[in-house]
Order: sequence, then structure tokens, then C-alpha cells
Amino acid sequence: MAAEHLKITQDGLWNNNVALVQLLGLCPLLAVTGSFVNGLGLGLATMMTLILSNTCVSLIRHWTRPEVRIPIFVLIIASIVTTIELAMDAWFHELYMILGIFIPLIVTNCSIIARAEAFASRNPVVDSALDGFMMGLGFLLVLVTLGGLREIIGQGTLFANAHLMFGESARALELRFSDHYPGFLLAVLPPGAFMGLSLLIALKNSIGRRSKQQQTASLASAEPVNA
Amino acid sequence: MLFAKASSPYMHDDSSVQSIMRKVLYALIPGSLAAIWFFGWGVLVNILIAAITCLAAEAWVLWLRKRDIRNTLLDGSALVTACLLALALPPLAPWWLTVIASLFAILVAKHLYGGLGFNPFNPAMVGYIVVMISFPREMTFWTAPVGIAHSELSFLDTLQIIFSGHTSTGIDFDSITMATPIDTLKTQLGLEHDVETTRQSTQYSPLFDTISGVGWQWVNAWFLLGGLWLAKHKIIDWRIPTSFLLALTLIANFFAVYDYASYSSALFHVFSGGTMLAAFFIATDPVSASTTPRGRWIYGAGIALLVYVIRSWGGYPDGIAFAVVLMNIAVPLIDYYTQPHTFGKPQK
Repeated sequence: MAAEHLKITQDGLWNNNVALVQLLGLCPLLAVTGSFVNGLGLGLATMMTLILSNTCVSLIRHWTRPEVRIPIFVLIIASIVTTIELAMDAWFHELYMILGIFIPLIVTNCSIIARAEAFASRNPVVDSALDGFMMGLGFLLVLVTLGGLREIIGQGTLFANAHLMFGESARALELRFSDHYPGFLLAVLPPGAFMGLSLLIALKNSIGRRSKQQQTASLASAEPVNA
Repeated sequence: MLFAKASSPYMHDDSSVQSIMRKVLYALIPGSLAAIWFFGWGVLVNILIAAITCLAAEAWVLWLRKRDIRNTLLDGSALVTACLLALALPPLAPWWLTVIASLFAILVAKHLYGGLGFNPFNPAMVGYIVVMISFPREMTFWTAPVGIAHSELSFLDTLQIIFSGHTSTGIDFDSITMATPIDTLKTQLGLEHDVETTRQSTQYSPLFDTISGVGWQWVNAWFLLGGLWLAKHKIIDWRIPTSFLLALTLIANFFAVYDYASYSSALFHVFSGGTMLAAFFIATDPVSASTTPRGRWIYGAGIALLVYVIRSWGGYPDGIAFAVVLMNIAVPLIDYYTQPHTFGKPQK
């Protein structure tokens, strides 16, 4: 069982990462990652949706007829997103205003229905919830990495507007690297999002390739000893 | 195994990338000298910064890609990119702006796509667009052309401005920089002034002296001369500059005749901004331009149309870079539909 959970974790965070490998949910990913805090807000909302929808779909998997499963999944996901949207409007109103349309649009994020269909509808509840958590965490990590990078390069700050999520005391979190930074607008504009994401994917691929080479190299060096 | 190839009298043309790029660099000399004369040492400093950055970036990427560094560096393509980029940038641009533009041109626009011959976009123009979008304020640091400048900058002052942003003698930035004629006209038209009153007004008439502005007309004329020399030596195809300039003239003329007050003359458009540099050196880039004869006519005219649209109604001062890159995207499509008829094949 533990091995299975380890595999779910690895898949969600790295091997089958929603943003870097499946390339799903790119629209919100590219649109809201102008800053670290925006990325974190949307990432958390998506992660919550994934955990809840995976759990619900997994709970009712024995009673869902295959013919109508998609409408049922969509209804479940839509209700969860509506709940989260209302909750964010209530507790993080300013952040809610900044993220705007992209919160209701979590419904259309393909990764959520993909996980419901591919994983939650055929696995037990605990596994499904873990899968939702790990997939969501993988997505969240990419969102905050991209958001952080774009914020640093584009505005020369990090954790700006942190008070939107963590309350007034978090205002002090903001890091400003230089007072004379002219700002690199390209990073903040949409092309910067595409370039940043493509560079992250390239980085992931090159790390993956390198570790594979090392594995084969160590296997090759180990073989003569075994023989 | 070596096959002897000898049938038709094939002409051997011993041109190489290196010799072509060298000739392009030669052809750039008169225009560059004129630019240095009129806009000061900053142009030369920019060229040097861009050249060093481009060559260093190229060497680094070639090393990463395990390619032949020496021969590729010596082919001069990075140097041509550097020169075109530096000539397009404002003379007093801070050093880091030139460095960022050069790095983007070589690393992203050229080598991420596979290096010389594989880049779909003109590298110099991509570098220019990156800094144009990112640093709109710094991109206005055009020196007032010689003759109407209030004070002239020495070489050391120029170096100091480019590397530190201010001079020790405390020269006011506003007294040495000035909006370009195209930019001035755009601002004034936006204020509901018409072309003629702007050109005649006491404030701007020195800038608009004779045809298309002090300095600008001469810089453009010398680039035209260098470009004609290139076309004569068949380094560049004559169709692209011809179609570009012809289309720009026709479009500008049409609007100038239609409404003389709010559209400037064709002569102004052809001899101002980066028109000639674009016509002969940027649009004719052998890698990113269209390759079929009919396609080249369409390609040049398309750039002219976009340049005119961006200059007249767009938000950016000059539209050359955007126009060239937009038409670069269209090149595969143009080439697909303009394949020349092969001899011996039945006509469709």
C-alpha cells in the first residue's frame, strides 16, 4: 500500500505533473501567474477542488452508471467550485477580485475532470484523495514557481500583496530587491508567461533526462559485477 | 565516395556565409557613419556593446551545443545581427538594455530555434521588440541630431551616460534627447494639430528641416546607397526592397492625398525612421524572409502595409520591428502558395 502511495505522490509532483507533463489547465496557469501570491491563491483553490472532487467521485464510483458519468462528474466539480468561489469571496475578497474569472473557470480545468475520470472513478477513496492532493500540489508548485519568477524578473519583488492571503501582518513579507529596478515588463505580460512555462518544462525535461542517463550508467557499471 | 559532377555548365559561385555577411557589414558602413555623425558617439558605443554581447552569447551557446565555435563565430552572422540591432536602438540606451536585447536576439530568437538558417524570426528584430515592450521609457533616449542639439556630448560623456545614467558635468537629459520626427508627428496629430502646422511651428520646424528631419534623411539616404550596392552584387534580392518601398510610397501617397492635414507625405515615410535600414538590411534577411519570387513581392508589400498601419494608427513610435516579425510568421504560408512553376510539369 505504501508503495502505491509513493507512486501516486511521485506521479503528481513530478512524473505526471499536471502543468509540466500533461500540459493541462494552461489557461489559468498562464493568466494568473503575474505574481507569487496570485499563483498561490489559484493553486490552493484548484488543489481544494481536486481533493474534494476526487473524494466525491470515488465515493459514488460503484453507483455511477458509465453512460452518465461525465455529467455527474461535471455537476460535482461545478458544485465544489461554486462553494470554493463563495468561500473565497467571503474570506479573501481582494484576492478574489484579482483572480476574477479564473476562479469559476476552475470548472473547465481539464486536469480536474481528467483525474476524476482516469483515477478517482476506479480507485478507493483514500488513494483518490491522495491523488487529488498530489496532483493539486504539483500544479500549485508550478504556479508559485512561475509566479515567483515572473514577479522577481518583472517587478523586482517577491511576495508582494501577501496581505491578500495572510492578513495585514503579512505586508512585511514583501521583498524588494532594488529600489531602482526599472521593471522587465515582458515577464509580466502574457508572452513572459509562455516563455517562463516553456523554460520550466525544458528544465524539467533536462533534469529527467540526466537522471535517466545516470540510472542507465549505474546499471551498466553494475552489470559486470553481477555477471 | 566521390562522384564527378559534370554535365551542364554549372556556374560556380564561391560565395559563403562569411563573404555574404562581410559584404553586408561593408554596406552598413556609410549609413552607420552617418548615424554616428548625426546622433553622436552613442551609436558607436551601442554597436560595440551589442557586438561583444552577441559574439560572447553565440560562443557560449555553440559551446553548450558542442558545435564548431571558431568557424561559426567567424561567419559574421552574429556580428550582422549585433549591428542591425544597435542601429535600431536609441543612441543613449543604457548598456543593460543593449545587452538584454542582444542576449534575446542570439539566445532565444536564433539558437533556441536551431541557429543560423533555422530561425523563423529575424533575431535583431526580436531583440528590439523585447526591449521595446519591456522598457518604453529607455527606448525614447534618442539624441537630438547634430545641428539642432542644445549641447553636444563628448565621447566620455556619452560613455558615462550609457554606463551610469548621468554625467559628471550634470548635463540635463532633456537638453540632449529629443523625440524622433515620427514620434513628434504622432504626438502632435494626437493633439489635433495637423501635419503642416506641426512642421512649420517654431518649436518643431528645425527638426523637420527639408524632407524628413535633420539627420534622419541623410542616415536613410546612406543606408539606401549601401543597400543598392548589396542589390547590385546580388547579395540581397531586389524584389523585397522594391516591393516594400513601392508599397509604402503608394499607401502613404493614397492617404496623404486623401487627407493632407493628418497624414504625412510618402517622401517623409520613405526617408524617416528605420525605413531604408529595414528595406535593404532587415526585411532581406535570407533566413527569415520569403524565398519565392512572387512571395517576395507579397512579403515586402505586407511589411510596408503593417509599417504604415503601426506608424499611423498604432501605439508604438515606429512599426518596422513588429511589421517584419509579423510577416516572418506569414512566410511559410506565402512560400507555400507562391511556389514557382517547375519547368516540364503540367500547368495546373
